[in-house]
Amino acid sequence: MYCDRCGEPGTHPACVSARELEPPRYCPDCRRRMKVQVVPTGWTATCVEHGERRG
Amino acid sequence: MPEILDRARARVLDDGAGLAEADILEVLRLPDEDLPELLQLAHDVRMKWCGPEVEVEGIVSLKTGGCPEDCHFCSQSGLFASPVRAVWLDIPSLVEAAKQTAATGASEFCIVAAVRGPDQRLMDQMRAGVKAIKEAVDIQVAASLGMLSQGQVDELAEMGVHRYNHNLETCRSYFPNVVTTHSWEERWDTLTMVRESGMEVCCGGILGMGETLEQRAEFAAQLAELDPHEVPLNFLSPRPGTPFGDRPVVEGRDALRAIAAFRLAMPRTILRYAGGREITLGDLGTRDGLLGGINAMIVGNYLTTLGRPATADLELLKDLKMPVKSLSATF
Repeated sequence: MYCDRCGEPGTHPACVSARELEPPRYCPDCRRRMKVQVVPTGWTATCVEHGERRG
Repeated sequence: MPEILDRARARVLDDGAGLAEADILEVLRLPDEDLPELLQLAHDVRMKWCGPEVEVEGIVSLKTGGCPEDCHFCSQSGLFASPVRAVWLDIPSLVEAAKQTAATGASEFCIVAAVRGPDQRLMDQMRAGVKAIKEAVDIQVAASLGMLSQGQVDELAEMGVHRYNHNLETCRSYFPNVVTTHSWEERWDTLTMVRESGMEVCCGGILGMGETLEQRAEFAAQLAELDPHEVPLNFLSPRPGTPFGDRPVVEGRDALRAIAAFRLAMPRTILRYAGGREITLGDLGTRDGLLGGINAMIVGNYLTTLGRPATADLELLKDLKMPVKSLSATF
């Protein structure tokens, strides 16, 4: 598993904290950069290999 | 009471004139023990010259990332190693975002694109998007598409865009430290064209990019000279991969002093909380700013980062007995 904020392996307390105010940027399964769309009430993040996540 | 606050009370509260640059600087230099009195004065000014209503707005990114400009604070520049990828929002999703915004009671919905200026594809997308929103949602549409030609200004006005955002970002003397791919004067030229078109001018910037207090005062004075309808006030949220990614966050009391100083520089403007308030001020500071000169806010998420839930901000406004400005009040 990869950090969905920085793309590096593992979990990072600073990234977990920052993610409270950020959508994910990297696919946690393959670390590809995802296409992310933020809208007023949520976000979608799409990995070309692993599909869409929502928050 | 410090002498500067006596002078500000007479000039701004009583007469409705903004403070000059030297006085703004004096306000920014006030010690912490004078902060409550400063915030109270800024609040009194806001209540007298703007009233208790708060203008609520939602924003969305129509075209994210891949920008050719090098604004050092921005994760959407294609010139930095930012994790933000280029993506376009389709029209049905744009309309849905406008509906979500209107459901909060907001009167404003701003469509934003990360570009130097719009090309024909973006202008076509805007035309289709504005039309679709106006057919489906009762909300004012604003836009922020970078630098414009006169033809594009005219086209946006004709589409029914009522307000155009183009931030100067910082003062003229510090701008070359923030952006090198275009000039402060080019931004000013777009703002001049927007004003002459009859669209409302929305122009603010970001505090905490390394500018000095003197430059913060210079910026407030330059904005006052522009006299925009609205000033969105951002606090730097350092973005990974950008040149400003390691800068410290603005200290809360400095942010509150700046809010009050900008209010005293521009007593009648819509002074809006924009990005960065969550990390700079937190919940308590957000409340203090609303009681210290702020009279508008972006609710919900931003362009590439997330905000507090809109419900939390609306609840706060209710607690403060500050009514949300209705759509009919914006005409």
